[in-house]
Amino acid sequence: MYDLSCADVTKSFGNFTAVRNVSLDIPSGSFFSILGPSGCGKTTLMRMIAGFETPTSGDIRIKGDSVLTLPPNKRNVKMVFQHLALFPMMTVGENIAYGLRCRGESKSDIGPKVARVLDRVGLPGSEDKQIDQLSGGQKQRIAIARCMVLEPDVLLLDEPLGALDLKLREHMKIELKQLQHQFETTFLYITHDQSEALVMSDNVAVMNAGRFEQIGSPKALYDDPSSGFVAGFVGDSNVLSGTLTEVRGDEAQVMLDGGGLILGRVCDASKAGDKVEVFLRPESLRLGAGAEGTMMAGKVESLLFNGASSRVLIRVDDQLIEVADPEQSSSLVKGADAQVRWSADRARIFARRSA
Amino acid sequence: MSRDASRLSLILLFAPFVLWIGLLIILPQVGIGYTSLREKISWNEYSFGLKNYVDFLGEPVYRNTLLRTAWMSILVTALALVMGFPIAYYIAKIARERSRAALFLMCLIPLWVSDLVRAYGWIVLLRETGVISTALVKWGIINQPIEMLYNDMTVIIGLVYTVILFMIVPLVSTLQGMDDALLEAGYNLGGSRLTVLRRIIIPYAMPGIVSGCIITFMLTAGSYLTPILLGGKNSSWFTEQIYNQFITRYNWESGSAFGVALLVFTSFVVWAGLRLTGQSLATTVAKD
Amino acid sequence: MKPSLRALLAGTAMALIAGTASAETLRLLTWGSYAPDEVVKLFEEEYPDIDVEVTFSNNEEMIAKLRATGGTGFDLAQPSHDRIYAAQLEYNIYKPMDLSKINMDALTPNLVEGVKANTTIDGEVYSVPHQWGTSGIMANMKEAPDAKGWGDLCSEQYQGRTSMRLRRTILLGTAFGMGMDPFALYADPAAYQDMLDKVTEKLIDCKSVIKTYWTGGDDLSALMLSGEVVVSETWDSTAFKLYGENPDIVFVPPETGALAWIDTFTIPRGGEADDAAYKWINFVLRPEITKMMSASTGAIAAVPNGIDLMPEDKRAAISAAFDQSDIDNLKFFANIPPGIEDMEGLALERIKAAN
Repeated sequence: MYDLSCADVTKSFGNFTAVRNVSLDIPSGSFFSILGPSGCGKTTLMRMIAGFETPTSGDIRIKGDSVLTLPPNKRNVKMVFQHLALFPMMTVGENIAYGLRCRGESKSDIGPKVARVLDRVGLPGSEDKQIDQLSGGQKQRIAIARCMVLEPDVLLLDEPLGALDLKLREHMKIELKQLQHQFETTFLYITHDQSEALVMSDNVAVMNAGRFEQIGSPKALYDDPSSGFVAGFVGDSNVLSGTLTEVRGDEAQVMLDGGGLILGRVCDASKAGDKVEVFLRPESLRLGAGAEGTMMAGKVESLLFNGASSRVLIRVDDQLIEVADPEQSSSLVKGADAQVRWSADRARIFARRSA
Repeated sequence: MSRDASRLSLILLFAPFVLWIGLLIILPQVGIGYTSLREKISWNEYSFGLKNYVDFLGEPVYRNTLLRTAWMSILVTALALVMGFPIAYYIAKIARERSRAALFLMCLIPLWVSDLVRAYGWIVLLRETGVISTALVKWGIINQPIEMLYNDMTVIIGLVYTVILFMIVPLVSTLQGMDDALLEAGYNLGGSRLTVLRRIIIPYAMPGIVSGCIITFMLTAGSYLTPILLGGKNSSWFTEQIYNQFITRYNWESGSAFGVALLVFTSFVVWAGLRLTGQSLATTVAKD
Repeated sequence: MKPSLRALLAGTAMALIAGTASAETLRLLTWGSYAPDEVVKLFEEEYPDIDVEVTFSNNEEMIAKLRATGGTGFDLAQPSHDRIYAAQLEYNIYKPMDLSKINMDALTPNLVEGVKANTTIDGEVYSVPHQWGTSGIMANMKEAPDAKGWGDLCSEQYQGRTSMRLRRTILLGTAFGMGMDPFALYADPAAYQDMLDKVTEKLIDCKSVIKTYWTGGDDLSALMLSGEVVVSETWDSTAFKLYGENPDIVFVPPETGALAWIDTFTIPRGGEADDAAYKWINFVLRPEITKMMSASTGAIAAVPNGIDLMPEDKRAAISAAFDQSDIDNLKFFANIPPGIEDMEGLALERIKAAN
């Protein structure tokens, strides 16, 4: 049984279809992310699950039961809002107790429950604090505690890290994952930040223009994207456009728009003569000469030092190619001639995305 | 040097405000307070004492009129809040951006005409031979014309109409500052409509409610034309008695005492209202 | 001092002198309709260097305004003859008149004597008469043909169809209607208070009969013309105006005598344009101007042939209302001693507040 399932959910606003035939099943206790650029329909999908919007068609089930007829306050799905939406006129304790009081629990039960959940999010004894006395990360934890104290079937998180600064965001990614483990609750997390999705999730759905492009584990998405969109959106890639000239088994030959033939692997149904794009991940590239069709020559444009994630930018014709350079090769100098190579099966070929 | 300059500019900036407060508010109040303490012995002969206040407290007509004025003002304030809140909520949260301005403008229209014209508008509508009564007779709903003027209900309706805008404006501006996500969070965490209204919307709007109530209460208690014109023979209102003391009785000393009494009493009602609802000026009106 | 600066100052001084010389202002404090536009226009044509500024008011407000400024701010006022003596003694707001500057031949001698008797202090005369009229009742003859006295205002026969102005006139009229003579009691405050108590009681009982208290001429006119009120206390001038619109509405001098008032010319102590004031007085006493004035005020000018100078319709109204015995029976308001207004004020407030 799945904690949350969506079956063929569609939502239209007038002529505009925000969500189109989306289906997903989230197993109990897993961390599921929906990753997509802004405007892809992920927030609409989440609002339908929470009950703030009604699907035009399709069904939403929680623990196997359809919730379409339930109003938002009757669904056991809680939500952490983008800007957290903590109630500013209540103390921390009152914020957390709000849901329990709505449920009609007795005062004697509420106190200990609030204390326990504060303990679990690492802020024991802060019941009487005002919301504006909290730091960004503390607010985050209170927002989660406010939902978790109600023991929801699914916790929805709507880009809750968006408002935090970078350092705190990195820290909270790890903390969120730990909290999810600790509460053993199903998390549905939506974000446009691929690193958040990849780091925390058990499974990620990549969403584009109202549709799921691919659902899979972070590793599967990264290593085996099923479309050009996923390949481009998840992780970094060098993208070269060209025309497929020949397909031989796994291997295919592409005539680049800028001139030159290269070899790669066709990952979708593209046929010879189709316009295609070739995706090369920076870490799949090596410096130095290689075999015909799996190398390009250019000049070093610049060296981007960033510790283990250092890069070398190489200009090939009018295109910049990013190459991972974990060893931070000190031999390269700006303007020097350089070559990059790859193995043909790491160069993925997809039909060209419409601009 | 630059410090002197900045101090000078501060003084210059504050000077009009201080002058305004001092000359137009504090000074006249001091004058009124001073006059109210003068006891008239005979022509051009005065001594100091509290006789005017003793007279005020000793005469049931004055006491009762003040209480009646306060009580009706409280009623008007409550009605303005109950009627104004949904309107303000609609304008701030439900109406679209474009219709919002139009709605606001509609609320403002009554302010474009003077108090007097507005009161006469009500008179034309509600008098025995007025529009409503005549129409009802014509449609056969009633047999003979009815008089809808000259009673407390009409006075209250007229006053609510006059002051409701001053309730709506502060409510709209506080409610507009409320993130819709707060409401959704309220529902999401299990709250019913009533709970969300009671525990989230109203507490959030409290600064607007408090300032709106103070403004409407003070305006109502200090209004003059509407209660006099719509209330007719049964419309004792405290401001009318102050006018009578000053103008028809030439008794400035007593009139001043009445003025002070009105100020003190309405301030007391506001204070008591704040205490009873557990609010304070610092946490509501002065809140940023 | 630099020559240019001196020239500038001299110029400014010249301009100031020229400014005051060329436009003297006559600030008139009077009753509504006592300064019709056409009269003001004719006056300004004849005296181009005088500007007339008019402020409309009533007896009580005139005194209050002049008291507040110590008699300054206005150059000519028009209080009623009974409201001058005490106000002058108590607040010293007027100055004596120079009768030699007034064309006394134009005025009715007995009215002049009456006003003189009322407004002479220490041998100095403070006022001359301008217009006179009476207060009484008016009745719609179709519905209330038998109305003849003050008592009819409180007659249950006219339940809900009567009106009055809650001011001192109605106290006096009611006292006369009850067979008392308030003017005779002015000198004895205790007796006057006793009389006021009886009148107060009567008028409180009366509240259930009357429809409402009127507050001004327009208000009263609407009540009478709509037929909502059939008997009302009134100024005769208002009744005369209504007679022109509905001949059923006539002024009825009460059988105990209509109360007669004379509006005067009186110069405030701080008046700055006495010459202009005298010019105005003489101007409006001219027969052709008197005609315009009476047409506007509806009151009778204090000139020998005052009634003849009324417009046609007003003359008809007067002859419908008064015969010689009514005129002989007029009760001229007597000078109000200080303190009486305060007693009356309390009585009026008690009546207003009673249920």
